[in-house]
Amino acid sequence: MSDHTKLEVEHELEIAFQAKIDDEQKVEPKDWMPEGYRKNLIRQMSQHAHSEVIGMQPEGNWITRAPSLRRKAVLLAKVQDEAGHGLYLYSATETLGISRSQMIEALQTGTAKYASIFNYPTQTWGDMGAIGWLVDGAAICNQVSLQRTSYGPYARGMIRICKEESFHQRQGYQIMIELAHGTPAQKKMAQDSLNRFYWPSLMMFGPHDSDSAHSAKSMKWKIKRETNDDLRQKFIDQTVSQIEYLGLEHPDKALVWNEERNHYDSSDLDWDEFYSVINGNGHCNRQRIQHHIKAHEEGAWVREAMAAYKQKKQLKNATNAA
Amino acid sequence: MTQSTQNKVDSKQDLINYLVRLGDDSIVLGHRVSEWVSNGPFLEEDIALGNVALDYIGRARLFYGHAATLSEDGKTEDDFAFLRDEREFENYLINELPRGDFAYTIVRQLLVDLYNKHHLQALKSSTDETLVAIAEKASKETSYHCRRSTSWALRLGDGTQESKRRMQLAVDDIWGYSHELFEVDALEQRLIDAGIAVDCEQLKQQWLADVEEVFEEAGLTIPEATWAVRGGRKGYHTEHLGHLLTQMQFVHRSFPGATW
Ligand SMILES: [Fe+2]
Ligand SMILES: [Fe+2]
Ligand SMILES: [Fe+2]
Repeated sequence: MSDHTKLEVEHELEIAFQAKIDDEQKVEPKDWMPEGYRKNLIRQMSQHAHSEVIGMQPEGNWITRAPSLRRKAVLLAKVQDEAGHGLYLYSATETLGISRSQMIEALQTGTAKYASIFNYPTQTWGDMGAIGWLVDGAAICNQVSLQRTSYGPYARGMIRICKEESFHQRQGYQIMIELAHGTPAQKKMAQDSLNRFYWPSLMMFGPHDSDSAHSAKSMKWKIKRETNDDLRQKFIDQTVSQIEYLGLEHPDKALVWNEERNHYDSSDLDWDEFYSVINGNGHCNRQRIQHHIKAHEEGAWVREAMAAYKQKKQLKNATNAA
Repeated sequence: MTQSTQNKVDSKQDLINYLVRLGDDSIVLGHRVSEWVSNGPFLEEDIALGNVALDYIGRARLFYGHAATLSEDGKTEDDFAFLRDEREFENYLINELPRGDFAYTIVRQLLVDLYNKHHLQALKSSTDETLVAIAEKASKETSYHCRRSTSWALRLGDGTQESKRRMQLAVDDIWGYSHELFEVDALEQRLIDAGIAVDCEQLKQQWLADVEEVFEEAGLTIPEATWAVRGGRKGYHTEHLGHLLTQMQFVHRSFPGATW
């Protein structure tokens, strides 16, 4: 095939691909897809998987200190769910032709990212409430929208994961209710956690649409179904009454209902802080990756032993069969 | 109080104490295993170890919960877990040892899981109905735990030289804590006589046979050394337990009377 015809074929494939997307058909692993689509998905899905896994650390930080046995069990089960989400998303991403060990290496060398929210430290038990309620809550807004994403394995993964995430959000909010309606010291703890996690939660939706590097392409390919700003607005709106019910003060003093827009107007976010944390100035950036690397390296001999044992068994079976 | 009511009161208190020590065993080991979350050798193990930890924490809640009900003084499961000091905890020492490396954790689990297999089996014949129900539930979990720790022991014992070295090292370090698992004190003897508690002396031979079978296939050896550390059931602990409790109890104790 000449280069010229190759380009033409490619072009036709791309047109057919876009037509399929526009027609709301799902893309499946064996289907032809543009390289850019594949790359974009690998970036987003692996980042999502890494976020589930790194997210185990800030919450894992409180399992041994949970204030009641019931809360301890619930938190442990939650963190375990997140590990399951990570696993599930790694497998879904592998359908795009990248291995889990390649993804892990990209995470550990910093070429792949994870949600920056997990660079914030968890300092009190209240943070377990705020994270479940706000961080899982923001994740749900995002993931509900991703249930309609164009890549089949990702869309199906989101449907499954969302069920558990809503459970997490309810449990987190339950913690907040107990605190906010508890002793004055507990209420203070709840307010403090809300104050610290409210803003970073809003930033989980990513930069403004106008500043988002990947947004336009992702929307055209229907990898993303709603824009960062739309999803953020949804989250801001739904959180207002939840804060009211808790009887806590809203961290955004400029928040006001806008009759015309039918939405709340809110303060501008501190994007300098957002980028500063992403760029390594968060309290936990280095700690999170070092923790991951340490566990991975300490587990190396275990993985080697497993492989050696498996090989021995296979050899033995082969000799027995011969 | 007549002599017979006095006896009833004493034996109820005996049962409460017995339940609390079984709860202590479970919560302390559950705590240790939970420390693996996000530290496992790969993600599937984070999940599996989390499962095991959850089983033990659940078991602790059942034992403490039963004790709380019998107490009839408004005590809750949390009072037992969070408001008692190191000297009052009566778990076996083996449960409080630090999590160590993965080999150390697998060896401890193997010894304890196999112990629990026989212990729970025997507990099913208790005259206390609630204990029987707990044992039924827990022994289902424990058969999974046993399969898990046995297959890991085989893989690591017969994996690489390095994994074998680590496993044997762990066995040598932990073995001396296994002896007290099979010793009965006065409290347990009274409850054994009443048909309530397990006579753990009777479990030793079966347990040893199980361990030897796994060790044989895994290429591990039982140490000839005769050292043995004892004291868990008397509240005579290693230095590790105090730190574990400090961590576990700190939030709960910082907010007296709060609910969570
Ligand atoms: Fe999550
Ligand atoms: Fe998740
Ligand atoms: Fe979650």
